[in-house]
Amino acid sequence: MDIDLFVQYGPMLLRGLLNTVLCWIVGAAGGIALGFVIAVAMYYGPRPLRYVLRGYIEVIRGTPFLIQLFILYYGGPNIGLRLDPVPAGILGLIIYGSPYYAEIFRAGLQAVPRGMIEAGRAMAMSEGKILRRITLPILMVSSVPPLTNFSIILTKETAILSIVTVPELLYQVQTMSAETFAYMEAMFALALFYWGFVEVISWAGRKLEHKTNAFLSKELSA
Amino acid sequence: MTSENASSVEITALGKYYNNFHALKNINLSIPAGKVTCLIGPSGSGKSTLLRCINFLEEYQEGAVEIDGQVIGLEAVGGRKMSARRLREMRRSIGMVFQQFNLWPHMTAQQNVAEALVQVQGLSKAEAARKAVAALEKVGLGDKTESFPNRLSGGQQQRVAIARAVAMEPKLMLFDEPTSALDPELVGEVLTVIKDLASEGMTMVIVTHEMGFAAHVADQVAFLEAGELVSCAPPAEIFRNPSDARIKAFLETYHARNQF
Ligand SMILES: Nc1ncnc2c1ncn2[C@@H]1O[C@H](COP(=O)(O)OP(=O)(O)OP(=O)(O)O)[C@@H](O)[C@H]1O
Ligand SMILES: [Mg+2]
Repeated sequence: MDIDLFVQYGPMLLRGLLNTVLCWIVGAAGGIALGFVIAVAMYYGPRPLRYVLRGYIEVIRGTPFLIQLFILYYGGPNIGLRLDPVPAGILGLIIYGSPYYAEIFRAGLQAVPRGMIEAGRAMAMSEGKILRRITLPILMVSSVPPLTNFSIILTKETAILSIVTVPELLYQVQTMSAETFAYMEAMFALALFYWGFVEVISWAGRKLEHKTNAFLSKELSA
Repeated sequence: MTSENASSVEITALGKYYNNFHALKNINLSIPAGKVTCLIGPSGSGKSTLLRCINFLEEYQEGAVEIDGQVIGLEAVGGRKMSARRLREMRRSIGMVFQQFNLWPHMTAQQNVAEALVQVQGLSKAEAARKAVAALEKVGLGDKTESFPNRLSGGQQQRVAIARAVAMEPKLMLFDEPTSALDPELVGEVLTVIKDLASEGMTMVIVTHEMGFAAHVADQVAFLEAGELVSCAPPAEIFRNPSDARIKAFLETYHARNQF
């Protein structure tokens, strides 16, 4: 293995890692936000809206990210949506992740014990205050583990952004191996970076989980 | 009769359906202000349903529940549903304690009690916290104010739930089997708290399977079976000299179960 290669290509690989992290952070955060809005709209919204959102979830979940991204980037200009690679990649990740996040929140909403909401009603709290002060906090806590889990899965989906020429990690690594024919070194670097990245996220997820579980009974987090 | 700090409840021709299932049939019951009414009866007879109609957690289809002469949940007897705001206004003077406590798990004991004081009564956080601590001290939990519910025993959780309801200074308290989720050795501490509250002159409606407690604390005992109110009478009459064969049968099973 040629260590000099890493010195030479180090800055480029680091830029790739940075892009991967950036796309992931914005993509996951956006996916969580969109998923949350979808879940709340499905739970409290009128029936026609629920059907539309259910359709969205089924279509996005039922198709590969690769194809969604392809359509978004190469098909987008046909409907006037002309995006640079990085914004396209981020938007793609948001769209791709949103139905999974929405399902996490939907299941979490359904799992909020009815009695806790009834206690709020019996205490004369308004539905809005019950949602804000009781339902959502309980939902957030029970959702941390599955949110972390799917966000980890999403890190690896970022590799697909290379097909629309986002200079993320895989793209940079491919460039490096094409220029140097050092396939082993390239793959080794790639695996190492992803592994480190995922470890950091799961560590953060565990921290968050630990913090939120301090007050949560076992039944709820199960 | 209406007094300063206790409500009266008048239930007339109340009918409740769950889809096609007739859960409450033509219930007529007067709950006088400042008195303790216990609801007893076999499982599935409609005790919880009746209790939950009183604060309109359950909607009813026939008749009415009136609190201090005002129909709850509906604009008028047989009328449209009342606005959410007016329903909340009425609920402010009704406290409820649930079988499963239903404490909010993300709040400490003190926060559980203070929550509605801030959100509903509009007290300042400091004022609400002070009131919450006082309410918790009253139920013997002055040392648990900072504990989260999952760090408390069942009996302690139920006492927090009682403090949460009582801190709102309700004129009517509803209890749905407050001790039946508790281990036997914890039942006493909760019943003692309820008995103390009863002596303060608040109107109370208590669904219970603790016949000894009902006999001791109730001013009147209502017996339900299969959605019907069979009888409502002073405890001495219900327990010593039941007029109805169904009550006799119920009490016999109860005594048989409690002898070993
Ligand atoms: N949400 C509901 N949907 C349909 N049926 C219901 C519902 N809640 C209660 N019932 C039915 O109504 C009847 C009365 O129920 P309720 O809970 O009031 O009984 P209960 O007297 O409180 O019984 P227990 O002593 O077991 O608590 C039962 O037959 C029950 O199956
Ligand atoms: Mg019941």
